[in-house]
Order: sequence, then C-alpha cells, then structure tokens
Amino acid sequence: MKTIGNSLWLALPVAAAALAFGVAAAPLPPAPSAHPPASPPPANASRGAEVYEAKCGACHSLDANRIGPKHRGVFGRKAGSVPDFHYTPELKKSGIVWTAQNLDKWLQGPVKMVPGTAMGFQLRDAQERADVIAYLKQQSGK
Amino acid sequence: MIEDMKSRRSLLIGSATTLSVAGLGVVLGSAALPTAARAATGNAAQDIQLLNAALGLEHEGIAAYQLGAESKLLKPEVLKVAVTFQSHHKQHRDDLIAAINKLGGKPVVAKSEADYAKELNASSLKSQADVLHLALKLEKGATNAYLGVIPSLGNPDLYLFAARVASDESFHAAFLGSALGEPIPEKAPMFG
Repeated sequence: MKTIGNSLWLALPVAAAALAFGVAAAPLPPAPSAHPPASPPPANASRGAEVYEAKCGACHSLDANRIGPKHRGVFGRKAGSVPDFHYTPELKKSGIVWTAQNLDKWLQGPVKMVPGTAMGFQLRDAQERADVIAYLKQQSGK
Repeated sequence: MIEDMKSRRSLLIGSATTLSVAGLGVVLGSAALPTAARAATGNAAQDIQLLNAALGLEHEGIAAYQLGAESKLLKPEVLKVAVTFQSHHKQHRDDLIAAINKLGGKPVVAKSEADYAKELNASSLKSQADVLHLALKLEKGATNAYLGVIPSLGNPDLYLFAARVASDESFHAAFLGSALGEPIPEKAPMFG
C-alpha cells in the first residue's frame, strides 16, 4: 500500500503538468456524434441480457410488472397493452407497435417520442440498444 | 418502459405549473447551482411523471431492504448496514415526495409488502448472499436509472438531484459488491 501510495503521489503532479501543457497522457475519446448511425450495429442477445439487467432491471422484469410493465412478449406488442398494468394515457393512445425500429427510437428518447410518458430513461449507446432489442426479441419468441 | 402509476395509484397531476427553479433548488438542497443553470425551467407535468417513476423505484428499494431485514437471513452486522442503506432510500423518497408536491403533483404511494415480495421473487431468497445479490442488482440498476433519466428532465435542479441520488446508489452497490467478493470492474465508466 505504501508503494502504491507513493507512486500515486508522484504520478499526480506529473499528470497535472502534462495536462497543463496540453500533453495528455492518452487521447480523449471522440465526442459522441449527434447523428446516430444510419443502420444499427450487429446485435448480440447475450450481451443484451447483461445490459438489460444492468440498465433496465431497476424498473423492469421479464415476467413481473414492477415500476414498468413486464417485458416478455414486448416485441411486436402494441404499446400500453399489458392487461394488468396501468399506463399513461399518452402511451396507451400512441398506437405504437414495438418493432425494432420503434424500440430503438423509444430507447433513445422516450419523452421525445411520447410526451407525457412516465419513462425518462435513455439508453444512448447504439450498440447497447441493438443488443437489448435483440434480447427482447429473443425473449418474445420472435 | 416505465409506465404509469398515474391511474393505478390515483396520480393527480396538478396544472402544469412551472415551479421556479430556485424554489425547487431549496427543496432539493441544491441552492448552490450556478446562476446560468437557474435560467431555464422545464415542463413540470413531465418532470412529475419522471419523479414519480423514481419514487416508485425508491418505494421498491425500501421494501426490498425490509424484506431482507425480516428474512432472518442477515447476520447482525449485515442487518445494520441494510437498515442504514434503507434509511438512505427513505431520505430519497422523502426528497422526491417534497419535490413532486412542490411541482403540484401527487406522489405515488407504495404498494403492499406482499406485492413487492411477489414482484421481487422474495420466496427465492434462501441465504444472506441471495439477499445481498438482490440488493446489489437493484442498487446497480437504480444508479443507471437515475443517470439515464437526467437527459429527459426539464428542470436543471433535478439534474443535480438525480446525480446525487445516483451517487448514493453507486456507493451502496460498491459496498455490496465488496461484501460479496465481486471483482472491481476493469472498465470505466462503470455506470450510465
């Protein structure tokens, strides 16, 4: 621990000096593009399962209505149609059917797609969206 | 796809009153926001919906810790931590209720403990580790949920509020992960 601590204290001023002179130790990642790619990246349902648990699992489950409605069978389903879940009128009357394209749009900005919805969570990474959609499609038996 | 507790729990949103940002800042304890950030106001009715979804999340978190505490599966020192974490969620709940009331909305009420037990599959909890894994899953998810909702919020005071709560949840997740012996994530950022 002492060695790590000493190394850290030595490294910090060096890093600070490098930044002050505009010499970054590693290049910063490019800023996210304002324009999503024209076609979604190849999707992977296994990765999607992990993303689903980490980023959707606070509010959703496949087989239980919780903060949000259950998701098994969501792919191809009409929005606002789980019988034992109460939706906002805005989503219920939206007429949306959960296709891959609509799910992708929804996950990018639910409030923008359906103003008045209770879901505000945005999944901004295109790869994660594609993977989650693939997972939901798989779990819907499609 | 968080959807509505509005009709189910008799959510009666008041008129889409736009609360002064400074006023909400006082409610949320964020009076130190920069002046520029105070200039904009959001769509109060939309924010009420999103805050109520967050409140539903906190209700569930409180219930999850309650189920764990009553399970008799936790050792005394772990139970003490669980009760402390639950108290943090109660603080979040109270802050959310205050903010929703201030915006003119009606806070959603918690479901019954039996409902939460069913939704969280509490009958599957057979050991202390099971309880901690459930708590960890919910805390990780809550961290991501709060971070992921920030871009949808209209009122700048709420950005900071959501970030602060997300930080609390990530603290809980880190502690629980450590207690369970989970490895430190190799990649950053870990959330969001």
